[in-house]
Amino acid sequence: MLSFIARSAVQKTITLFFVSIVSFLIIHLAPGKPSQVNPLNPKFTPELVERFRKAFHLDEPLYRQYVYFYRDLLTGKIVSWKDSRPVLKKIWDRFLNSLPLFIVGTLLTWTLSFPLGIRSAIYRGGIYDRTVTFFSYLLISIPGFFFAYVLIIFVVTRFHVPVIGMETFGLGGGSWPPMIMDRIWHLLLPSVLGATGGIAVLSRYVRSQMLEVEGQDYIRTAHAKGLHPDQVHYKHALRNALLPFVTMFGLILPGLIGGSVIIESIFSWPGMGRMAYEAILARDYPVILTVNFVSAVLVLAGTFISDVLYMVADPRIKL
Amino acid sequence: MQAPTATYSFSEDLEAPLAPRKTRVQEAWGMLRSNKLAFTGLVIFLIFFVIAVLGVFLTSGTNPVFDPAMVRLQEKLRPPLSRPRVEVLSPEQVPTLGIYLFGTDDLGRDVFSRMLQGAWVSLTVGFVAVGISVLIGIFMGGLAGYYGNAFVNSGHISCVILMSLTGIFLYLGLPLFSLFSAFAFAIVCYLSIKQVAPLSIPIMSIDTLIMRIVDIMLCFPSFFLILTVVALLPASMYNIMIVIGLTSWMGAARFVRAEFLSLREQDFVMAAKALGLRDLRIIFRHMMPNALGPVLVSATIGIASAILTEAGLSFLGFGVPPPHATWGNILSDGKRFIFDAPWLTFVPGIAILIVVLAFNLFGEGLRDILNPKLRERSI
Repeated sequence: MLSFIARSAVQKTITLFFVSIVSFLIIHLAPGKPSQVNPLNPKFTPELVERFRKAFHLDEPLYRQYVYFYRDLLTGKIVSWKDSRPVLKKIWDRFLNSLPLFIVGTLLTWTLSFPLGIRSAIYRGGIYDRTVTFFSYLLISIPGFFFAYVLIIFVVTRFHVPVIGMETFGLGGGSWPPMIMDRIWHLLLPSVLGATGGIAVLSRYVRSQMLEVEGQDYIRTAHAKGLHPDQVHYKHALRNALLPFVTMFGLILPGLIGGSVIIESIFSWPGMGRMAYEAILARDYPVILTVNFVSAVLVLAGTFISDVLYMVADPRIKL
Repeated sequence: MQAPTATYSFSEDLEAPLAPRKTRVQEAWGMLRSNKLAFTGLVIFLIFFVIAVLGVFLTSGTNPVFDPAMVRLQEKLRPPLSRPRVEVLSPEQVPTLGIYLFGTDDLGRDVFSRMLQGAWVSLTVGFVAVGISVLIGIFMGGLAGYYGNAFVNSGHISCVILMSLTGIFLYLGLPLFSLFSAFAFAIVCYLSIKQVAPLSIPIMSIDTLIMRIVDIMLCFPSFFLILTVVALLPASMYNIMIVIGLTSWMGAARFVRAEFLSLREQDFVMAAKALGLRDLRIIFRHMMPNALGPVLVSATIGIASAILTEAGLSFLGFGVPPPHATWGNILSDGKRFIFDAPWLTFVPGIAILIVVLAFNLFGEGLRDILNPKLRERSI
């Protein structure tokens, strides 16, 4: 166990190092310069550009820029080019905004897809199974931004509540219950949208795992010795089918940071995805690279956690 | 049905060749016909293909049949199936069908023509991007699966470093340095072919190397990476295709590698090797056809996700530059009018949904058809 942890720590550090190089090169070798963001701006005189280039080491060779950048990042001193605020602080603020979306979305995904998947595996081939299957394909295939507008049209015309943004502007100072309801309405749509794809995929996966276990001999034995079907399904089958999902707890970690650019843009939600999108538009390289780096760290940490969880959950596995 | 009559003799029956009654293609076709959802997917895909190809011919050229760029400011935001008001239009502005089948947008352009034009973008982006990713995936996966045991030694690595140095110096405009490193490259190559001692220290196996590259690629958040690169590069359809292709080959590579690892140990590959066939022939003639099944399935589903990615990029305003219509940017233009002109959202949205759904269903059906366990059960 300890040797596995040490080995994978070394391996993942090396991977992270290469990721940092590749992302740095992609950003810096792309055509166009960050100092030319807005050539039409009259305040952008050549002297200013020169000062800008000097302040952010843009006049130095690429490898030195790389060293400066990652030194600043690891010591936490890295600042955004756009507003000179510390990037890590900026990301943390936006992360706190994205967190409710992520939590509600994840809860919805995990609480809905298990009952759906298990039931459709038990009644395999029946009308329920086929309906769930069809709807999960529908949800996988629907473009998120289109579904967002369908939901907005539905909710706004049916319930007459505003849904764009994090809260209705100017409602502060009112009494508590309407404010909380307002927050919930604003939170509901983006998190449902974030969860749809997850529910569709995860419920399919639950179904196939359940089907695999239900075909085993010990399930037939359990049926044959006259156990109640509920006990067979939920005690004997489900517990064994759950094993792969233990590892998926690690894999939801990267979802903290990506995958919400479009939804956050539509709902004007000041979260991580939107910040990344704005940084890309403004060619704010420190923010882009930091988001990339943090998400790579989360991916690696996620796979590591899932490996460890797998070992803990299944003693047969030795890595 | 007529009862079979015993007109043929036993000897004939025994001497007849013992080939299976149905070929594999016929069998697959039969299974596809019996899988209703997958068959529907295939039919929708074929219809979409025909529409997209027809759309290119009907909407391009100097005087197209359906003009997607014809602006009619008198006829803004007309609902679907409404008749044009002929009295306010000049003769060439009247839509070809005599009716606005899908309505008009905020500039009075016919949405039907724009949808026709956009179909081609979705189709080509889907196919070319997945083509690129499958080619890279097959190459990398095949390399890792077939030559995986071979070692990369220090000579190889220094060759690659020197070669890229040559390129970098050339790019930076330092021809002298470039010439020097090219010369060093030639010497190191020669020495490492001769297997001189310090250049033949094994570092890692090819399999490890390629799988580490896959790991590195998997660390990038894919949509964010695509968005970054597309935003930095000049806007064009080809950039999107290439970027989506370059960032999505990892799945195909893993599938091909896994298949090759198991195929490599099988008797028919051993037999082919014993016959003295060249490696390339063994790989492409004997192993690849057996490894393509999972790749085909993941490619079909990959087309669906590439279409979705392209639509998402167009929606955010990247990709194909504006006068050209794509399904994503029709929807994006229409989002300002979702309550006044919902058809600008629903027409492209439902079109994307149907096409992506068709590819997903067909891909899943293909998975069942190519699954040998299910095939045995069906006979």
